[in-house]
Amino acid sequence: MRRLEEALGMRVDLGVMADWIAQGSKVLDLGCGRGELLSYLIHHKQVRGIGVEIDEESFLACVEKGIPVIQRDINLSLKDVEDQSFDYVIISQTVQQLQRPDLLILESLRIGRYVIVSFPNFGHYRIRLNLLFSGRMPKSKALPYEWYNTPNIHLMTIKDFQDFCHRYQITVHQWYYFWQTRGGKWLLLPNWFASGCLALISRRDEYEKKA
Amino acid sequence: MNDVGVVETQYLLLSDMGVHEITLESGAKIGPITVAYETYGTLNETRSNAILICHALSGDAHAAGYHKEIGHKPGWWNDAIGPGKAFDTDRYFVVCSNVLGGCQGTTGPSSINPRTGKPYALSFPVITIGDMVQVQWYLMKHLGIEKWLSVAGGSMGGMQALEWALRYPENVYSAMVIASTGRLSPQSIAFNAVGRNAIISDPNWQNGEYYGKAIPEKGLSIARMIGHITYLSEISMEKKFGRKLQNKKEFSFDFSTEFAVESYLHHQGQKFVERFDANTYLYVTKAMDYFDVAAKYGQGSLKKAMQKISSRMFLLSFSSDWLFPPSQTQELVDALIANHKDVTFYNIDSSYGHDAFLLEVEKETSLIQRFLQSSSKLWQEDRYEAA
Repeated sequence: MRRLEEALGMRVDLGVMADWIAQGSKVLDLGCGRGELLSYLIHHKQVRGIGVEIDEESFLACVEKGIPVIQRDINLSLKDVEDQSFDYVIISQTVQQLQRPDLLILESLRIGRYVIVSFPNFGHYRIRLNLLFSGRMPKSKALPYEWYNTPNIHLMTIKDFQDFCHRYQITVHQWYYFWQTRGGKWLLLPNWFASGCLALISRRDEYEKKA
Repeated sequence: MNDVGVVETQYLLLSDMGVHEITLESGAKIGPITVAYETYGTLNETRSNAILICHALSGDAHAAGYHKEIGHKPGWWNDAIGPGKAFDTDRYFVVCSNVLGGCQGTTGPSSINPRTGKPYALSFPVITIGDMVQVQWYLMKHLGIEKWLSVAGGSMGGMQALEWALRYPENVYSAMVIASTGRLSPQSIAFNAVGRNAIISDPNWQNGEYYGKAIPEKGLSIARMIGHITYLSEISMEKKFGRKLQNKKEFSFDFSTEFAVESYLHHQGQKFVERFDANTYLYVTKAMDYFDVAAKYGQGSLKKAMQKISSRMFLLSFSSDWLFPPSQTQELVDALIANHKDVTFYNIDSSYGHDAFLLEVEKETSLIQRFLQSSSKLWQEDRYEAA
């Protein structure tokens, strides 16, 4: 979560994701960082969790915490992970850094019953104004890089993500928007004012089967 | 660097524990059995800091420190075992034993069969990795340990660690499977077969009855040379030898040993002959060939086999290892993930090939230390909760 906090430049309650994740469920955290979220879930919600992380230092931090963790580049295929073998797959603050976010999200929906995606909103008004007035690629606390060295290669807005979900028959069950130092479900014009968001999604057919 | 200092190999006679013979996986029985082992560090009061180190094909019980009698040759994993090292002997009680079928103190084909008064040679039954582990289980009992904090090993040692977790889940809190596999590829079996063929084709081999006579030196040294090729990688050979000539500047246009790599292999083969028994090579490589956890524990399914695991699992592979490639470790990892087991996996980027598990000590240390510490802590929490 600290990564999320740092990336979004605001305080984020660990409880948001933790609230969405049911007690005792099976969780795969793609790009789990230093394992803070998994550590919380394992110790407080009896979750059977596993993280995937490529960064060596973050990986070591997970091992130190006793978090099960696999060193792997999530840009690579997850084809060896079985269909619907997890209750939740988490893609936290990594979508925008993936070579093919579409493939990873769809693959995650195959592996997990639910997927939780969090990402910075490129539609935020400051970013819009930034580009409009400076004529240069916007930089912010969430996006502090130059255009040439940024790891964020697939930036998107909340609207873009909604379109994506629509196109691929993905149901969004919950939204959570970040706005300045606060967050919440309800926010006026989130695509303008949310600096980032969390979405709980599943395949529409899966959802309908259960409903 | 801190070492465990001078150590002595100890010997356990299973018959002293009332175990006069054991039944092997093949159904054959064997006994009496002697086990050669060494220990480093101190067992704590709760007996919760014991780690079993399993050696690879040509290893022995001497994993760390120095023996008085053979000068100052350190144990085979001295870089990893000792105060402040990966297996920190200030914290942990480390045990290493020579495997069943071995030739460095534990009963094997070169041991005297008390029924005949002669070395077993080929009358020694064919053994498996599971049989080796069974003998280690008795050693554990003898040492008064109920559960290992960890069973760790590289290559064939990793197979033993995996077998431990499957065979005796209640006795293993965590297992470290390093540069290893759940089963050999046909390619690796092929290399073992060539090694065995080299030995049995040596005229001195005499159906294994060479004890007290000329030993099948050439065959065994060729087997070791083949082995060494598989332990290196293309890059490591290029770096280490290139196409350099050993002692001259020009080709001699004959079949003498000219290239540096040739000379290296010769040297390794020669050194091996001085300390290793050819029959043990046959038995131990065969044990590796037979090892197949999917077949044994999962009716062919690796996923099903991994259901049985209750230990924390730690798997390490090395990018340039083509003998036990990372993909084979990844298969194990995937099967463990499918069962939602506690699994940690890291693929160390290294150019050393299979030998990397003995050479990439620095990277291994940072991983192993953290894994052992968290395992130790989690185990204590578990015990606290259970109490």
